[in-house]
Amino acid sequence: MKEERNTMVANHKAGQIILNIVLAFMAFCCVMPFVLLVTSSFTDEKVLMRNGYAFLPAKFSLESYLYLFRQGARILNGYKITIMVTVIGTICNIFMTTLFAYPLSRKELPGRYQMSFFVFFTMLFNGGLVPSYMMWTQFFHIKNTLAALIIPSLMMNAFYIIMMRSYFTANIPDALVEAARIDGAGEYKILFRVVLPLSKPMVSTLGLMVGLGYWNDWQNGLYYLTDTSLFSIQNILNRMIADVQFITTSSGSVGNMSTSSIPSVGIRMAIAVIGVLPILCIYPLFQKSFVKGIVVGGVKG
Amino acid sequence: MAKNKSLEAGKTKKKNKSLNKCTFALYTMMIPGVLYLLINNYIPMAGLLIAFKKFDYSLGFFKSGWVGLKNFQYLFQTKDAMIITRNTLLYNGTFILLGTLLAVTVAIMLNELRSMKAKKIFQTFILVPYLISMVVVSYIVYAFLSQDNGFINNTILSGLGIRINWYIEPKYWPFILTIVYLWKTFGYNSIIYFATVIGIDTTLYEAAVVDGANKWKQIWHVTLPGLKSTIITMVLLGVGRIFYSDFGLFYQVPMNSGPLSNATSTIDTYVYKGLTILNDVGRASAAGFYQSLVGFALVLTANMIVRKIDNENALF
Repeated sequence: MKEERNTMVANHKAGQIILNIVLAFMAFCCVMPFVLLVTSSFTDEKVLMRNGYAFLPAKFSLESYLYLFRQGARILNGYKITIMVTVIGTICNIFMTTLFAYPLSRKELPGRYQMSFFVFFTMLFNGGLVPSYMMWTQFFHIKNTLAALIIPSLMMNAFYIIMMRSYFTANIPDALVEAARIDGAGEYKILFRVVLPLSKPMVSTLGLMVGLGYWNDWQNGLYYLTDTSLFSIQNILNRMIADVQFITTSSGSVGNMSTSSIPSVGIRMAIAVIGVLPILCIYPLFQKSFVKGIVVGGVKG
Repeated sequence: MAKNKSLEAGKTKKKNKSLNKCTFALYTMMIPGVLYLLINNYIPMAGLLIAFKKFDYSLGFFKSGWVGLKNFQYLFQTKDAMIITRNTLLYNGTFILLGTLLAVTVAIMLNELRSMKAKKIFQTFILVPYLISMVVVSYIVYAFLSQDNGFINNTILSGLGIRINWYIEPKYWPFILTIVYLWKTFGYNSIIYFATVIGIDTTLYEAAVVDGANKWKQIWHVTLPGLKSTIITMVLLGVGRIFYSDFGLFYQVPMNSGPLSNATSTIDTYVYKGLTILNDVGRASAAGFYQSLVGFALVLTANMIVRKIDNENALF
């Protein structure tokens, strides 16, 4: 009997060790590519061209970053655009989403089911790229404006509205709203003074997810921008890799004419690092509320 | 008595009036959102009619003439329609199958871990790829696959004396794209499943232990049944979106390389290229219409099936 138990405990320990090893391997696979990105941005350009990308820089160099620092106007401008778009877009999105979601959560509001369906239907059916592109460019003349990076698609979506509505429905007691009403508070006052302060965790989760969406967005820039002075960091990165591809596929004919205009590998990697660094730095701090957002919104929204 | 009655009536009247005021205020809150959805989502739905027009930029949407089904004939006569449909369906099918398998496995493994600290650390790490834009992912993939100085050609394959020009060999791409997709999304999906696993009633496990079930049996008889409804919902959501592909994955990661297009083009990349690069609005809009309509039918069907199997998990 005792022996059996001992083997069970031993089995259990072995199981835990194997589990840890497998999961550690997966975690390693998730992070390892970023290490390659970072080390190649710190590698001497000539060594990089000769030996290729490697996890340990054969020759350490800060040249790429110094270059960025010296020639930084374009990158700095991209950074400015990215930050501006992320901040404005996230604030607008939170504002519009909560303003829309709160009435939907009030049981006494006539027509709230119809309104919910109005929102939900956009998740089932959509017009796709061509009509949207035509509308934004032909009617709203959004091409080459900052609004092109903020407004289309990203400013509000059904998924977040439903997520917020469910949160309000589950967490804001009717009695509380009723009490505030009896005290003579108007609906706006109730929302901003009573409901929102109670919903801080969910609002910050929403802000985090929306902010991440804006920071990482490159599609709006790809569709609506040709003016490089409005390029965000993601658009700059996108343009650079498109140029690289263009040259490698048509190498014979173009020759060295345009190779010089493209930043070297190390510099490209340095820009990519600068682009992801803020997210990777902030992420551990907000990991908890981020995970919560995934869990709440994940299955059904 | 009569006085009392009229007082009562006055009270309800007053209450109604204030309620109306509230309702009005609540409606005004929704105005910006309604306007945004109308413009951003509903107008383009009507705009799908562009697929039946011969669109001319100089005339604009309303003045361009109708051409009936010409754009569709034009689209389905080419081999492209078949290729993009096939690619979209096969890739998404693979993603759903392998993605679910991997995510469920990881979720169960996370749950079986004893150490809370390890749980948290692993959760943090596996979400990292999800945070990164597809542009940066394409940089990373390029660092691995670039012909001259990519990590794989220079380190892993150099010992064997092989050098593969990845960006012109379509046969590798179904694997590459699947790996990239799984790498980027498995953490996110694992977290969703993990949240369900945590919610499983612990007394069920205790009962299983009393019945002499070992770990494997517990997973088989308690954990998996507990996950069933989440798995069904997630898979059907995936099936409902099987006609839509992740534009970034198929456009950025293969770096829009021409020789790969047979293996990597999906409906979304086709629409984009038709619209911007080839300037073929007719075919692009026909493909977009085809995607929206079949996509819609699939969502409805998927939901109908869920409702039949398990009403609680239906979306609507």
